[in-house]
Amino acid sequence: MTEEIIIAGFGGQGVLSMGKILAYSGVMENKEVSWMPSYGPEMRGGTANVIVIISDERISSPIVNSFDTAIILNQQSMDKFEKTVKPGGILIYDPNGITRHPGRKDINIYTIEAADEASKVGLSKVFNMVVLGGYLKLKPIVQPEYIRKGLEKSLPKRHHGMIPENEKAIDKGKEIIKAVHLLN
Amino acid sequence: MKELRLMKGNEAFAEAAIRAGADGYFGYPITPQSEVMEYLMAEKPEERTGMIVLQAESEIAAINMVYGGAACGKRVLTSSSSPGVSLKQEGISYIAGAELPCVILNVARGGPGLGTIQPAQSDYFQSTKGGGHGDYKMLVLAPSSVQEMADFAGLGFELAFKYRNPVLILSDGAIGQMMEKVELDEQRPRFTDEEIKNNTPWATTGKTKDRERNIITSLDLDSYKQELHNLDLQAKYREMEKNETRYEAISCDDAEYLIVAYGTSARLSQKAVDLLRAEGIKVGLLRPITLFPFPTAVIAKLADQVKGILTVEMSAGQMIEDVRLAVGCRVKVEHFGRMGGIIPSPTEIVDAMHKKIIGG
Amino acid sequence: MAEITKEELRQPENLIYKKTDLLTDKPLSYCPGCGHGTAHRIVMEVLDEMGIQDQTIGIAPVGCSVLAYEFMNIDMQQAAHGRAPAVATAVKRLHPEKFVFTYQGDGDLAAIGTAETIHACNRGENIVIIFINNGIYGMTGGQMAPTTLPGMKSSTSPYGRDVATMGNPLKITELIAQLPGTIYVTRQAVHTPANVRKTKKAVRKAFENQKLNKGLSFVEIVSNCNSGWKMTPRQSNEWMVENMFPFYPLGDIKVND
Ligand SMILES: Cc1ncc(C[n+]2csc(CCOP(=O)(O)OP(=O)(O)O)c2C)c(N)n1
Ligand code: SF4
Repeated sequence: MTEEIIIAGFGGQGVLSMGKILAYSGVMENKEVSWMPSYGPEMRGGTANVIVIISDERISSPIVNSFDTAIILNQQSMDKFEKTVKPGGILIYDPNGITRHPGRKDINIYTIEAADEASKVGLSKVFNMVVLGGYLKLKPIVQPEYIRKGLEKSLPKRHHGMIPENEKAIDKGKEIIKAVHLLN
Repeated sequence: MKELRLMKGNEAFAEAAIRAGADGYFGYPITPQSEVMEYLMAEKPEERTGMIVLQAESEIAAINMVYGGAACGKRVLTSSSSPGVSLKQEGISYIAGAELPCVILNVARGGPGLGTIQPAQSDYFQSTKGGGHGDYKMLVLAPSSVQEMADFAGLGFELAFKYRNPVLILSDGAIGQMMEKVELDEQRPRFTDEEIKNNTPWATTGKTKDRERNIITSLDLDSYKQELHNLDLQAKYREMEKNETRYEAISCDDAEYLIVAYGTSARLSQKAVDLLRAEGIKVGLLRPITLFPFPTAVIAKLADQVKGILTVEMSAGQMIEDVRLAVGCRVKVEHFGRMGGIIPSPTEIVDAMHKKIIGG
Repeated sequence: MAEITKEELRQPENLIYKKTDLLTDKPLSYCPGCGHGTAHRIVMEVLDEMGIQDQTIGIAPVGCSVLAYEFMNIDMQQAAHGRAPAVATAVKRLHPEKFVFTYQGDGDLAAIGTAETIHACNRGENIVIIFINNGIYGMTGGQMAPTTLPGMKSSTSPYGRDVATMGNPLKITELIAQLPGTIYVTRQAVHTPANVRKTKKAVRKAFENQKLNKGLSFVEIVSNCNSGWKMTPRQSNEWMVENMFPFYPLGDIKVND
């Protein structure tokens, strides 16, 4: 099994840390992982993305140009990465702020209203975990117990009190992810 | 027991330097390597091992701090990225001339000038052909994974002290910034004063009655002596060529075509090899691990076996000159690369192989 | 009070503020709330009012303001990190009739470029140096600067600046005020309208000095870096007033008329 994922959105959306938690969970489950971020003067409001690869085998290139799954959280990223999903692959996006919805017919498309839902139930801080939950529902590539361990490893100790909230957010994501176009 | 962690290349290098028993780090912030010093400052190695960490006022100051520390027989290092490494060249030339051991990390970015903060491999000439003045060589290690970022910190010190020579680790922004699993060595103790006196009797540790004074300099006004010193240096570099050439040969045994690439490009090329083999084309990858000394002999041997060679570099083509020197005119050698901070994709490499080598 | 319509409001006689043509239309790349934008505007308004756009050459540093040339509608050169005063020296010596200024951050001017700063000041080059002191390296992600306050946290002083191992903050402005080559040295801020007016006066004086061939004028602007300090813009300005100003007091330091 090799899963090549791109997660893309705005700087402050927790894109990089979502990838990190996923990668850490993979490590905990003894898989091979790589996490390759875009970097730059990101703090000045730019876009951010990260390529995460989780595999049972040694990972050759941490940088690839087509993906099994794309998780897209803003319009710029939609414009850039919709076309990079492998035929038959998955595109997950939060429709919040999206003006041009994806139109490809050769991939599976899901929406997750994570921003809305997170703020409704007071989980705005862990918005990215809602998204992660949605993804894990579709692709349970790491088991929940390892996700917990991944959270423990990637969050600084002083934030460990927030782990239950993160897990709640993941569960929420699993509930609210919706298919909008499926290949049969 | 080795310890397993998920780390950025820059952080893995910093942690490994502490564990390798480093005595001092001197640096100046620059993207994409600032995490090295940030990690060290957060880790407080002074409390862990007594290692000191200092933010210098410039790269020039940092490399001269390294000069001073190395001259005392200490394990010292610095890190920077391309524009900062350019500033260090004068100091590196002095360190090579005075034959001092140290480790220098370049997490390279695209140039020339301020260029871009994105990864590039356009510092190959600077690294391997002597970026500063005078006839000198650094031993150059090129990591292609986070694991090697960690491993080469320790290996770098070992080689630096073995040859009394600066060791450059030529990495790039992609390897510095990405996270992978890394196995860390156990903490090795820093050298004691006694060990320094024994291991590095040339170091300035204070003249005692039982020895001549130690002077660290790169100056000799007597040209005959200066030439002898240069001959000694050259002999040392030949010795490195004999003993320290390192490379990895992947799927080369039955290869009919060859890719030569180091660092990030080697990772991309490895995927390209998989893709090409899936098409039924027998391609191998030769990955130089040391850029000086360059794995000339093995490339020369492979040139007798393969029908063509593609070099892949994130530059206009620099290493290709060394590959061509090794190959002579026996087979076609072509370059593929991207510049300005763009990372080529494995499929672009596949296309280049078809266009420039197989079909060309 | 009589109602005023939008259309009326837009009539030229009702305008109370207009962006100077010496700023381009390019949106500023600075973080919202950052002082760099205001400082840019002040310098450009002064050049505009003096009518010297066509006679001015600016030198951009390395730092957040590396892209100053995108926003300042004048001829500009971009210098290597810390070397702007050396670059400006040559420009002025070769074009004595032109107005020449550098615009530099604290890392650029007071760390890697200390030598160039001190020697250009000591030679008394007839240029203007605008020095933005925000106590941190903004561009590279918030590392300690030479001007970082004792105890202040940054990414390379995560437990606060420890003066025992990291040294004291460098008051480079007081230092260069000692040099006979400088004729006007002042420290200002741009966080309130009153301070903006004072800073503008100071910048004007600096360029007038250059016009009269008097020597080097140095205008420090104590500013905020809300991103690097990890604060909201408002918090950062309050923090600046409470912590930066006591250490870097505002006002003229040297005025040789
Ligand atoms: C030789 C060299 N070293 C380091 C850098 C990286 N660098 C870019 S900007 C900067 C510091 C900027 O800080 P400052 O001058 O305070 O300006 P600010 O960004 O805060 O406005 C550094 C270290 C570089 N570009 N060149
Ligand atoms: S990082 Fe700091 S100095 Fe740079 S633009 Fe943002 S607030 Fe201004």
